[in-house]
Amino acid sequence: MIRSTVLNAAAAEGPVLALEEPLSFWGAFDPQTGIILDVHHPQRGACLKGTILLMRETRGSGSAPGAIAEAIRLGTAPAAIILSLADINLAIGADVAETLYGRACAILSVTPDELATLMRAARLRITAEGEITVETV
Amino acid sequence: MSLVLDDRSRSLLDGASGMAMQLAMRLVVKAAGIMGAERLRPVSFAHLDACFYTGQAHVDFIRYLLDNGASLAVPTWTNNGVVSLADATLRPSTEDPQTVSGAAELMRLYARLGCSPTWTCAPYQHAGGPKFGDHIAVGESNAVSYYNSVVGARTNKYGDYLDVACALTGLAPDAGLHRDENRKATLHVDCTALPEAWRATDVFAHLIGHHTGRLSGRRVPVISGLPPSTGKDALKAISSAVASSGGVELWHGAGVTPEAPDLASVFIGTEVHRVTPEDLAHAHRDLSTAQDGPLDAVALGTPHFSLSEFGMLVSLLDGRKIRRGLPFLVSTSRVVRALAAEKGWIAALEKSGVEIPVDVCTYYSPRVRGLTGRIMTNAAKWAYYAPGMLNVEVAFGSLKECVESAVRGEVWRDPDLWTSQ
Repeated sequence: MIRSTVLNAAAAEGPVLALEEPLSFWGAFDPQTGIILDVHHPQRGACLKGTILLMRETRGSGSAPGAIAEAIRLGTAPAAIILSLADINLAIGADVAETLYGRACAILSVTPDELATLMRAARLRITAEGEITVETV
Repeated sequence: MSLVLDDRSRSLLDGASGMAMQLAMRLVVKAAGIMGAERLRPVSFAHLDACFYTGQAHVDFIRYLLDNGASLAVPTWTNNGVVSLADATLRPSTEDPQTVSGAAELMRLYARLGCSPTWTCAPYQHAGGPKFGDHIAVGESNAVSYYNSVVGARTNKYGDYLDVACALTGLAPDAGLHRDENRKATLHVDCTALPEAWRATDVFAHLIGHHTGRLSGRRVPVISGLPPSTGKDALKAISSAVASSGGVELWHGAGVTPEAPDLASVFIGTEVHRVTPEDLAHAHRDLSTAQDGPLDAVALGTPHFSLSEFGMLVSLLDGRKIRRGLPFLVSTSRVVRALAAEKGWIAALEKSGVEIPVDVCTYYSPRVRGLTGRIMTNAAKWAYYAPGMLNVEVAFGSLKECVESAVRGEVWRDPDLWTSQ
């Protein structure tokens, strides 16, 4: 079990999607479909919907909170996002979306070593307190 | 280390002033926690980016605030919108009606919240804004860069929703660029070896800004060798370019910007880049995806055109007509357009075939008009983003090159300008 830093609290479970490169939610991701659009991203075409999304960091954009909130509204967002570099924009967007729509998306941060460990898992379970466990299928 | 809140903040967080203020306070506290702030600090001004429509969630957010007792704590200005409230013809009624109506509604709702409807990405060109040393909350990247660097006000780049939360509470995390220790430069970009005549040209500001942004990433750079006469338009160009090619939120110009009377007072690093003519030529190539040739349009005003830029444009155009059928767009704010109109400049420019939209971003009008092909601009920021956003090719040039090209209908290069060499 890994105890994370909770940026936005929610219980979640789902399949791991580990991104090799940081993703910008604004411009590089389509909230209508949950799919990565950025032609420069190695995992272009991957769908984030319902996943436990793991990446080192998210690319900054002041419009990212709106993009993640829109994805949460439309049900195309990840169930949780785990980063090794804490991000304000995703935490703010997720908090606003939960307030407006009652739909939660956990935003967590862990150490780089912990992230590397989690990236090897197939499924993860997250508690509202930020405890992360690997699910055995 | 943990965040200490005063009585008012705790009361807002507890919901004593309603659910809107409670949400706003919770967002500020959340950001403060992630930034590691030990306290919040008052801000005296805000400039919002959340009025720029990116989806229904934006509309739902401001509606929730208005329905639940939100009120602004500080004077709050607005960034440009996705549509113009002043000119309905800029809005396509057929193409993407959801975005068009959502964007207009969003802007009306922020006006109803009590924002001053400035609708500009260059609020620092309006009178009555923040002064040196003021703590403020700003979202638009070029405005963050200009306010921090040129005005000497203090802000971090506050993303959507958090910008509104700061405006409602009048508070921001006491962290990042609000604090002295984070405002020093760790990178020195040295231009002193470049010929003085080059450094005085208008394209130089854009090119050195682009180059510096590339070198800096998210660090604070100091540029030395800027002419002491560097004016506000050049400072705007540098501010917007460093925030496009890089993530720069504060830069210093030794002997030029207010926190950098000289190099030694701001530079605390060891990394020095000596800028060469080849660096500037590289920046120029970087910003020009198009070969020279027949021109399809000109787009100016990124960030929004200033009054002095209108003056230069009128004088360069000198009553001549833009080549028939060639769109020549200059984006600005209502306030600046009105000032230019008083001088007779808007009438003169329109007679020459120049269009001057207000309220909107310079990327919007070209998109609405479906412009494609080879488009010329004098703005590094426009040149940096347009090829990806608009599916166009960009020819970057000086203001004079833009004007002469528009009159001729094809890209004209100034033989006296060093970048052509």
